Amino acid sequence: MEGTALQPEASADAQREAVIRVRNLTNQFGPQVVHQDLNLDVWRGEVLGIVGGSGTGKSVLLRTIVGLNKPAAGSIDVLGVDVLNGPEQERRRIERHWGVAFQDGALFSSLTVLQNVMAPLREHTKISESLMQALGSLKISLVGLPQLSCGKFPSELSGGMRKRAALARALALDPEIVFLDEPTAGLDPIGAAAYDELIGELQHALGLTVFMVTHDLDSLYAICDRVAVLAEKRVLVEGPIEEMTKVDHPWVQEYFTGPRARAAQEKGQDR
Amino acid sequence: MTQPTITSDPDSDGIRLRIAGELVTQSLASVEDDFATYTPDSKNVVLDLTGIESLDTGGAWLVADLAHRVKNAGADVQFLGLTPAQSALIETVSHNIPDKPGSVPDRRSFVDWVASVGAKTVGAWKDTLSVLGFLGLTLHRLVRTIVMPWRLRRAALVSQMEETGFKAIPIVALMGFLIGVVLAFQGATQLKQFGAEIFVVELISISVLRELGILLTAIIVAGRSGSAFTASIGSMKVQEEIDAMRTLGLDPIEVLVIPRVVALLITLPILGFIADIAGLLGGGLMSWIDLGVSPGMFVTRLKENTGIWQLAIGMIKAPFFALVIGVIACWQAMQVKGSAQSVGQRTTASVVQSIFMVIMLDALFSIFFSVMGV
Repeated sequence: MEGTALQPEASADAQREAVIRVRNLTNQFGPQVVHQDLNLDVWRGEVLGIVGGSGTGKSVLLRTIVGLNKPAAGSIDVLGVDVLNGPEQERRRIERHWGVAFQDGALFSSLTVLQNVMAPLREHTKISESLMQALGSLKISLVGLPQLSCGKFPSELSGGMRKRAALARALALDPEIVFLDEPTAGLDPIGAAAYDELIGELQHALGLTVFMVTHDLDSLYAICDRVAVLAEKRVLVEGPIEEMTKVDHPWVQEYFTGPRARAAQEKGQDR
Repeated sequence: MTQPTITSDPDSDGIRLRIAGELVTQSLASVEDDFATYTPDSKNVVLDLTGIESLDTGGAWLVADLAHRVKNAGADVQFLGLTPAQSALIETVSHNIPDKPGSVPDRRSFVDWVASVGAKTVGAWKDTLSVLGFLGLTLHRLVRTIVMPWRLRRAALVSQMEETGFKAIPIVALMGFLIGVVLAFQGATQLKQFGAEIFVVELISISVLRELGILLTAIIVAGRSGSAFTASIGSMKVQEEIDAMRTLGLDPIEVLVIPRVVALLITLPILGFIADIAGLLGGGLMSWIDLGVSPGMFVTRLKENTGIWQLAIGMIKAPFFALVIGVIACWQAMQVKGSAQSVGQRTTASVVQSIFMVIMLDALFSIFFSVMGV
């Protein structure tokens, strides 16, 4: 891509390139402060899981990074572009380098699944209709949906299929970064495991960086390279999930050593 | 961004196809046709991808599709110069290319149009039956409420009356007043030509009391309260609140529909009456200003020449209009399915249908009363 690659940091981070760099982010709704001086780095090619209790602003963080929510203070760099204050043109360009899959899909209800996936291609590229259809159905097949669902409308799909279709749309422009908001919420365990596997496969095949807000311990153990815990209005701790059990904080302890966490851990090791 | 290129070089023992540049979705437009129209004229094709700077699924699709077609033409394909990551990507993509790709449906044909007319006709018939069924159900619950008045939800009724009645008074009164003004003004210009200015009183009183007051009030209420009924019950339906009620042994008709319908049955006649009075006021005022018909004379002529029947005919229609508006709004709400979009569609349909039905019912009443000679 353009020569905007970030300068690798010295010391331990020498090999890693931060694709998202959040610094001193403060988010506030009225008197309620959601984030205060939050710092976070997302490295290229990793799957980062964002966890935290209800109301700690996980989704707000995601929405802020992709520009749907204007923070009170702080800076956010994505692929070396300042997405908050950078020039409009740069920001528009960077939008094509990420894909967002919203919690319940947020598919356009008046378009079929295939048309939904083709919508970003139609908007941002000049390729022919037939190639657009071919790439659209390729993405639909990549996310594991049958071709039969191409002509269906979002209202005719189940929740799990809608999530997959949303992922296909997010992948339409072959983004470098994919944001997933609670990708497995509301799916049955089999569907959720299949979705985890899918994310893992796509991440390997397409070299994606995945930013995932989740509650699902199974997903964390199965596919996340790193976990960032949001608490006390900031990223309380980040690192590989194995290290989380050693963190001395009541919420983190309860979350990662509770009965569900232990079960998920065993399952994760079986894989 | 380096534009992708595809060049074909004849080699000693076949063809060397060089693909170079950034083969990504954003830049495919320029080479797409070259890829699609390429036909190999040799049995040995080497795909030399050494010059590729970046590759994504779009580019990989083109390469995989090309390789596939070359193979189908009976030639041998060899890949050259791929990094492991790139060849893995091409592998993944060619695995996932669907045999029968889905397509965007064609524009609607004439047959589709005929079919949709048929479907709409059948749908309209089914809807008619369904709304009649709902009317019957509502009437049954209404009668039961009259027999067992303690079953009526009084708190809900009062709050609905406030919403549909009390809060509608300003707009209904203003509307009635303006109708009176308009009638007086328009009537005066015409009647002046015949020197029959004084008949403006009958013009105003008969048209407002008998027809316009109640008809326009019903239209306003249909737009104001009918839409509110459909939207509020409809969103409850979307959130499965109606189903929750049923599982708790509550009857949605009794809990939701009856208070609303009864509220309309009580408030619509009152609102209609307010509109009538406001209409007479507006008309009287305008006749006084424009034609010099004094308020005293206006009232005298009103008493002499406009019977109480004119008011009664208007008022008789009010409860029927109320029932039509309430039943259609609640029935539409019950038809809401699935999404928020459906609530919007049903709300629009509710307003359009209830206004249409009110006007049609008014026409039927007109015919009925003229046959009866009142």
